[in-house]
Amino acid sequence: MSSSTTYQPRKMSRRQLITDASRGLCGVGLLATGLAGYAKQSQSLAAQCLRPPGALSEEDFLAACVRCGLCVEACPYDTLKLGKLFEPVTTGTPYFDANVIPCEMCEDIPCQEACPTGAISPELESINDAKMGLAVLLDRETCLNTQGLRCDICVRVCPLMDEAITLEVQRNVRTGHHAMFIPTVHSDACTGCGKCEHACPLPEAAIKVLPLDIAKGELGKHYRWGWVEKDNAGGSLIDEVLDLPDRLPEGD
Amino acid sequence: MKYPVGKEAIEEKGWFLAHRFLLLRRFVQLGVLALFLAGPLFGLWIIKGNLSSSLFLDVVPMTDPFVALQAFAAGHLLETTAIIGAVIIISFYFLLGGRVFCSWVCPVNMISDAAHWLRRKLKIRTSTKLSRKTRFWVLAMALVLPIGLGTMAWELINPVSMFHRGVIFGMGAGWIVLVGIFLFDLLLVEQGWCGHICPHGAFYNVLGRYSPIKVSATNRDKCHKCMDCFAVCPEPQVLKMPLFGENKGFSPVIKSADCTNCARCIDVCSKDVFKITTILPNKAEV
Repeated sequence: MSSSTTYQPRKMSRRQLITDASRGLCGVGLLATGLAGYAKQSQSLAAQCLRPPGALSEEDFLAACVRCGLCVEACPYDTLKLGKLFEPVTTGTPYFDANVIPCEMCEDIPCQEACPTGAISPELESINDAKMGLAVLLDRETCLNTQGLRCDICVRVCPLMDEAITLEVQRNVRTGHHAMFIPTVHSDACTGCGKCEHACPLPEAAIKVLPLDIAKGELGKHYRWGWVEKDNAGGSLIDEVLDLPDRLPEGD
Repeated sequence: MKYPVGKEAIEEKGWFLAHRFLLLRRFVQLGVLALFLAGPLFGLWIIKGNLSSSLFLDVVPMTDPFVALQAFAAGHLLETTAIIGAVIIISFYFLLGGRVFCSWVCPVNMISDAAHWLRRKLKIRTSTKLSRKTRFWVLAMALVLPIGLGTMAWELINPVSMFHRGVIFGMGAGWIVLVGIFLFDLLLVEQGWCGHICPHGAFYNVLGRYSPIKVSATNRDKCHKCMDCFAVCPEPQVLKMPLFGENKGFSPVIKSADCTNCARCIDVCSKDVFKITTILPNKAEV
């Protein structure tokens, strides 16, 4: 075979190259813009969707979770589901709705064990330290306890009873001689398992578990609690109020 | 096409031999799905998870390297389990020929093959032009977007993951995307999704570039230009030179990484032109 007949790859002209490249860039750019908008929207977690125990913060979680569903299959209580297209939780990522099936707080945390990527962080050592969300007594107008009745179900089903939810006694001003036992959630202990929401006997739960960034307020960085600072300093940081001698009206 | 594609091969070799790779391929595709489904349906946990990441016999981790790359681009360094899983899958598909994933494992292949088949049956000839290089642009996009967004944007709509996940964990509205692909392939672009757009396939294309297992037109001198292989091939451009380029100095081995090693060309050829070979020892044939 002479060299003149051997195949020479067709050379692409500069014009062709630029046309092809700009066409590709434009088409894919358009697709990318739409997808980026969708992705941005999907980065905020809907209120009823909670992540498995130990899940990274929502932003990191979406970077880490490969949507394999191993946690879903590991969960012995069918708590976890995977988000589907057009559902309020990012497609394919695991979540649970406490109202449907709450987290049963397995001590060995099988969902965490199953996660291959670390989206459910291996750093969570005890299920009692999980922060899946925070229970909030959302509706004080329908909660039976806040109306002076004794329901207490949310308190009694709480796996960390008297730590995560306590009953605070208040005077019942309606009757004048009874007490009200107000369920009170303590964010440092609440794991967000959702058993309280699930067990609430109202047709629509008065206590609900919300993702932390929805449930929690944030204190201004400049703010200090005076009584805490006083304890830390071992005494008041400002001079005591000047105490003048009390003068009493002179008797006769 | 004057007669149904593959008719000659069926007459020559019998229906079974003229469909053996197709049957084998469907068996493997459905078998993979069945293995994943046996756990949730019958409690037979041979493999857990889905194609994105899975655990075989509770020991061997497997992770889709394309998904793993997206996670990496989104700023997450995967745990060792997932990285080992990705290395296992990379080695597997590198050895078998990259896009062998597309034709032998990926469930979307059944949709695009169905659309392609119906296109032939309905004799739909019109097709919108789209460059087959588009998939590499989409691949680049899928790997660049997470860098800025911090989330795996492509995985929101990736039909490959969506289909496989949907079968195992519930499809929801995901079927809309699959119907969309079917109609797109049927009416708009021939082999539109798998051959032009899918970045998953583009990734395995890049991975399988130097894979040792290839299809070869070994007996190309027997070819009588019936063009049946061109009709069934999902990437017909890869056939041209290995078949007809002998006097231009082309080897009969289909070296293009576009080739999915689906071996349908072997099925439909009545003259036994094609064979699956390895590129390593020149003469060895499998």
